[in-house]
Amino acid sequence: MSGLAILIPVALLMGLCGLVFFFWAMRNDQFEDLDGAAQRVLIDEDEDEPS
Amino acid sequence: MNAIAPISDGQSPLIVSRFAVPAIRCAGCISKIENGLIDVPGIVSSRVNFSTKQVAISHLPELDDDQLKRKIEALGFEAQILAENPLSEEKGSTDKLIRALAVAGFGMMNIMLLSVSVWSGATGVTRDLFHWISALIAIPVIAYSGRPFFASAAMALRYGRTNMDVPISIGILLATGLSIYETATGGEHAYFDGAVMLLFFLLAGRVLDGMMRDRAREGIGALLKQTAPGAMVLADDDKTRWVAAKDLLPDMRMMVAAGESLAADGVIISGSSSFDCSLMTGESEPQPRGKGDMALAGTLNLSSPVIVRVTATGEDTSVSDIARLMDEAGQRRSFYVRVADRAARYYAPAVHSLALMAFVFWMYVGAGWHQSLLIAVAVLIITCPCALGLAVPAAQVVASGALLRKGVMVKDGSALERLAEVDYTLFDKTGTLTLGRPTPVNLDDLSLTQKQITLALAQASRHPISKGIRSGLLALDIEPAALEDIQELPGEGMTASWNGVKVILGKPEKSEDHLSSQLSVGTDKVVLQLQDEIRPDASKAIARLQVLGLPASIISGDNIRSVSLVARALGLTAQAGASPQDKVETITRLTDSGHKVLMVGDGLNDGPALAAAHVSIAPGSASDVGQQAADAVFTSESLMPVALSVKVARRTMQIVHQNFALAIGYNIFAVPLALTGMVTPLIAAIAMSLSSLIVVGNALRLNGAAN
Repeated sequence: MSGLAILIPVALLMGLCGLVFFFWAMRNDQFEDLDGAAQRVLIDEDEDEPS
Repeated sequence: MNAIAPISDGQSPLIVSRFAVPAIRCAGCISKIENGLIDVPGIVSSRVNFSTKQVAISHLPELDDDQLKRKIEALGFEAQILAENPLSEEKGSTDKLIRALAVAGFGMMNIMLLSVSVWSGATGVTRDLFHWISALIAIPVIAYSGRPFFASAAMALRYGRTNMDVPISIGILLATGLSIYETATGGEHAYFDGAVMLLFFLLAGRVLDGMMRDRAREGIGALLKQTAPGAMVLADDDKTRWVAAKDLLPDMRMMVAAGESLAADGVIISGSSSFDCSLMTGESEPQPRGKGDMALAGTLNLSSPVIVRVTATGEDTSVSDIARLMDEAGQRRSFYVRVADRAARYYAPAVHSLALMAFVFWMYVGAGWHQSLLIAVAVLIITCPCALGLAVPAAQVVASGALLRKGVMVKDGSALERLAEVDYTLFDKTGTLTLGRPTPVNLDDLSLTQKQITLALAQASRHPISKGIRSGLLALDIEPAALEDIQELPGEGMTASWNGVKVILGKPEKSEDHLSSQLSVGTDKVVLQLQDEIRPDASKAIARLQVLGLPASIISGDNIRSVSLVARALGLTAQAGASPQDKVETITRLTDSGHKVLMVGDGLNDGPALAAAHVSIAPGSASDVGQQAADAVFTSESLMPVALSVKVARRTMQIVHQNFALAIGYNIFAVPLALTGMVTPLIAAIAMSLSSLIVVGNALRLNGAAN
């Protein structure tokens, strides 16, 4: 029983962290260009990435 | 039009402009555009979005959109200016649904974890504790994620109607309320898991639906071209000023430069030029217009500047007449009821009365109000299967995704449903059966020098024939010759001098029955033949449609000669010289005789017909109006996607019907259990997920439907 008192809050907290992270990712447009990220890996950069 | 970005480095505010660049295909294009634009003074940063094929440029206010567009084109990419995201509101609604889905998913997983331990035999204090924790998670989750359903249900009830969301909302609210009561009194069962899971699966269906719509709208938005926003007006004191289209008044004098389109109807009072009227009539050949002739809004002035006295503006122009005609024609279609709504119309009342009957029956046999209410709630939850909510959107999203990969953008789900029902096809000619741009067919008759001269002359003009010749020559890797003193003579052609010899590219001396152009170098004369070529695969696509049981015919605003040429080549019957009104009448006649018509057209003159037809498809090269009126847009040069979309749509409806059968079969199995009071939360949870998974799995079979 006493284990549950720790484990359940921990499980909930971790779930909440995931949820908060997902919201953050949506707000920061992380899902705007899913195919682009895959392509950008292939760009050879001689100098620093602009933008 | 442009968003103002925050001030940087204490300078003037930066402006973000967006462009559609459909030609972005690889990592090379991304770096070429981003690195190329960063060197342009005034541009602070640029970012390519590969998925949507767009470029967002943040720049100083000194640069305007036209300059930026030219900069991108200088890098070798065709670009279109995008208006400040006109559909942002729509996009926002899907984002909201995704957030609700994420919260519901979080709640569902945690509650399920607790429920599993209750099902596997937790008793006494442990069970009560788990129920309390479940309640603690479920209440905020339901309050947040249930809003889309509650809002829609409240709206329906306010107008005295009922929709799918009413039983869903009642079921969820009752289940939650009862579960709280059970928890507080230390009862055996709580339905938090069922309620939250129901929300999760239903939201998944809504999100899929919304994503499909967003994707198609974005694609179409990227293709939209700009229309004339206004005109330079000549005041009485001969000064010119810019007047927006909505502020133009009759009797104002507009200066229309070559290459501009007219913002209002008017009469030419000075100058003469040729006009591209294809937007209005569908005729591909430019019309010469001189002093005293009418020039209509939306037509493009090709060769030389004219002054036009405005006769009709805004609402009164011929363009607006067509828009009005389209509105009226579209009314017919708005009576179409989507499959899911038709199902809901019978389903919702049946569910309500079943649940009510169960409650009354169990009260009557003396089960007590608590037990009776529990059973009624179980009936409500189990008969609102997520499977029904997913049956239609899941199939339509997978099908539209498969079509998108083949270059067909379907605007919404009901378009797929209507597309599956069509039994007759009408084709417009110019720009639909043909490519809508003249292509030279006998370039080999020219020597290399002649080709170079022709290219130099052709690229100085905006005339459609010149454009056709230019793209034909550029495809052969010809370098333009160096010419001097290039001039465009309205209605005649281009003249220049080449090493002291006079060269002309213009009207041939004897008129041909199709588009042609003549090059003279000194006394040498060569006639160039041009043809508006029929789309590749056109006859194959029409044959394919025939196999699908769709006879086709042509209806065009073009003259009978050019229509019959295409009709004969494709073996179709044709109606020539049809006005927009005629096209609508033909469709109405076919509809009245029981046909469901598929209209394929592109021009403004097809707009009303596209809106009037049961369902319509436009090519990607179509006018704004054509693309907006059509239910689907295909981007390839081939006509094959038309036949393909009909095939996929029919397959989709098969799957949708199968899904309905599965969902209803599940109900036939589950409702008797619920009515007899045998549905425990465990059974409800398993049945619900299982039926949803089967429906989604069935829909995924559509993935290969477009191959």
